[in-house]
Order: sequence, then structure tokens, then C-alpha cells
Amino acid sequence: MSRDTSLVSADWVAENINNPQVVIVEVDEDTTLFEQGHVEGAITFHWRDDLQDGLIRDLISKEKFEALLSKSGISNDSTVVLYGGNNNWFATYAFWYFKVYGHTDVRLLDGGRKRWELDARPLVRDLAKRTATRYVAKERDNSIRAYRDEVIAAIGLLNIVDVRSPAEFSGELAAPAHLLQESGQIKGHIPTAKNIPWSKAANEDGTFKKDAELKEIYVGAGVDLAKDTIAYCRIGERSAFSWFVLHELLGVSNVKNYDGSWTEYGSLVGVPVAVGA
Amino acid sequence: MYQWLSARKLKTCGATPGGPSIVGVDVTTQTIIQGVVLKAGNDGVPNGTPAGNAHVRLLDRDGEFTAEVPTNSQGQFRFFAAPGSWTLVVQAPGARVEKQIEALVGANPDIVFSL
Repeated sequence: MSRDTSLVSADWVAENINNPQVVIVEVDEDTTLFEQGHVEGAITFHWRDDLQDGLIRDLISKEKFEALLSKSGISNDSTVVLYGGNNNWFATYAFWYFKVYGHTDVRLLDGGRKRWELDARPLVRDLAKRTATRYVAKERDNSIRAYRDEVIAAIGLLNIVDVRSPAEFSGELAAPAHLLQESGQIKGHIPTAKNIPWSKAANEDGTFKKDAELKEIYVGAGVDLAKDTIAYCRIGERSAFSWFVLHELLGVSNVKNYDGSWTEYGSLVGVPVAVGA
Repeated sequence: MYQWLSARKLKTCGATPGGPSIVGVDVTTQTIIQGVVLKAGNDGVPNGTPAGNAHVRLLDRDGEFTAEVPTNSQGQFRFFAAPGSWTLVVQAPGARVEKQIEALVGANPDIVFSL
């Protein structure tokens, strides 16, 4: 749980493309990006088809996770490097996912696909072939995953951090502005949540800010790091990004990602909701 | 202030400038901000060559991040926002361009960026 063990630079990835110990995995919201070009040697996971149960709303089971990693050629001792588009939103979600199932060595490419592209580093279309493994996952680590009842119980007591944009927090928008503004849920936020957008933690090129700056972003906004913290967004990806900042870069252990997020909370009957800034 | 630039008046020698098709989008409820990122010709005027490797970022009236998309192979981008003032920032290898816009409900005029 530190920058040294959780984050790698583009130079590091470039130097380790042929390292058999390293498996590079791209996870995008726009799943067409991978086929348009990707880091040499990378494989891809589809955030929905591979990582969502599909029947019920949940992560895939331990057995399905084991099958996915086994067929992808990932071993229990592999160094998994995740990266993706949209400032690593879905890559950090996958990072959190790997941690939920107890993978030991997983890292994130700082700046993700965007920094890689802005540096004009090479992207290839060739598909990597990997030999299947027999991956064994651990039981889910629920110390980093929040469920709705504990979120409701945390109102007014614990740190609740809404990492969506101010426009979503206030209720002006229902979703990030690259998506249609649909009204499946009511708009607003969880009462007593502090709005600290995920983007505060990133530079414009998608790389993370320095640790001292990161800490000040949360502490300065009134987050008491001695208390437990729950991060949420709309569907749990951006909050995985902020969870990564707090839990992995800053080493704050008592932080959970509420992956049900606003699409669950904003659909619940009778729970309190706040609107406005 | 930003002046709306009609994509249709630009000279072209490649792709047709303009945002993605809005067929199927409910223009009575959505606030559509869209356009295209083109590479400049020698005279600084967009020459119709799309920039398919750019990232377009939408900032709200306070400069806070709201969304970001990569351009498609035609250099196009699109957001569904809300009426009001927004800032668009385009990033591409070696380039950064910013524009302020006022958006209304419906399909706003296409925005053309020249890198």
C-alpha cells in the first residue's frame, strides 16, 4: 500500500513489455479502444462482459474470477499491470477488483492510456498469446468493499466521499457528461457526503499528483482520516480511482469503495437524499 | 468570448468537419455539445484531416472536470451536458487548445478545434 508498490511509470512498462513475470491488462469503458491499438503484449478484460456477474448485480464469483485469470495466463505470482482509457477509471476499478480477490502484486500504469498516447508511445493491434494457468483466488476481502446498509449507517458518522463531478453531486447532471442524461435514479447525493471529485487527485494528463498534495485534497476538504471512509460515485469506477489514491498511494487502510454507488443508492426507497452544492 | 464557428464553412480536403450524427438522440431533453478536432493546414486553417488521437475534456463553469472523451477516427467528440457555460480542453500529442462555450438544450452548433 504505497506508491512504490502500486504504481508504475510508462517507462517502467516499456522496459517490462517482454518480462514474463509481468502481465499487462487493459480495461476500458470504451471497449473498442483495445482493438484500435494497445500496449504491446497487453491482454484486455471487458469491464461488463468479464467483470460483472450479468445475472445478478455483483462482482463475478471467486470461481469465475479464477477461470478468467487462468484462461488469461495470469498466475498467482504474476505482476499484473493495469491501464486504461478515461484517466484509468476502469483500470482502477479492476485494480480494486484484483485486491478484493487477494491478488498479491497488482500495479497501475500512472496516467493510463491517455498519458501513453500523449507521449506518442507505440500501440499495436497484434493479440498476445498467453499460456493458460491454474489461478487460485482468495475469498472476497470485504474490508475494502462497502454495501448499502453500512453506507446508510455511516451518514453523519463516518467520512462519505462523493467523487463525482460537482454537477452530478448537486443534482444538475445524472451521469458524467459523455453519457446520455438518463433519469433512472433520482438526482442528488448522500447526506453529509463531501464532494471531492476524483479529478482533484489527477493532473490534466491523467497522472496522479504528489502524495503531499493528495493528502491535502482530502484533509483540506474535511475528511478525518482517523475515521473510516467510504467512497462512491455513479457505478463504482471513479470511486475505485479515489479509493486507490487513499488506500494505495496514501496508505490509509480503513477506506472502502461502495461499488453500488449512486445507481443503487439513488434507486432505494425511503433513504435520505440531499441536493445542491 | 467564443464565437460559434460553423463547421460547414471550413474548407475541406478530407473528412467532412462536424460532430457525430445525432440521429436517435432526444434533442428536446439532452444538451448536446459536440464537434470535431482537425489538424491545421500550413495557413492555420483546419484542412479537414481529423485528429483521431486527441482527448477532449469538459469543464464546468468553475473549471471542474465533468467528462472526457477520446476523439473517434473522424476526430469527432460529443457530450451530453446541461444548459450553461462550459470549457472544452483538447489535448493531443504536443498540443493543447481551450475554448469557452455557452450551451442550450438541444443540438448546439458543432465546435471545431484546429490543432
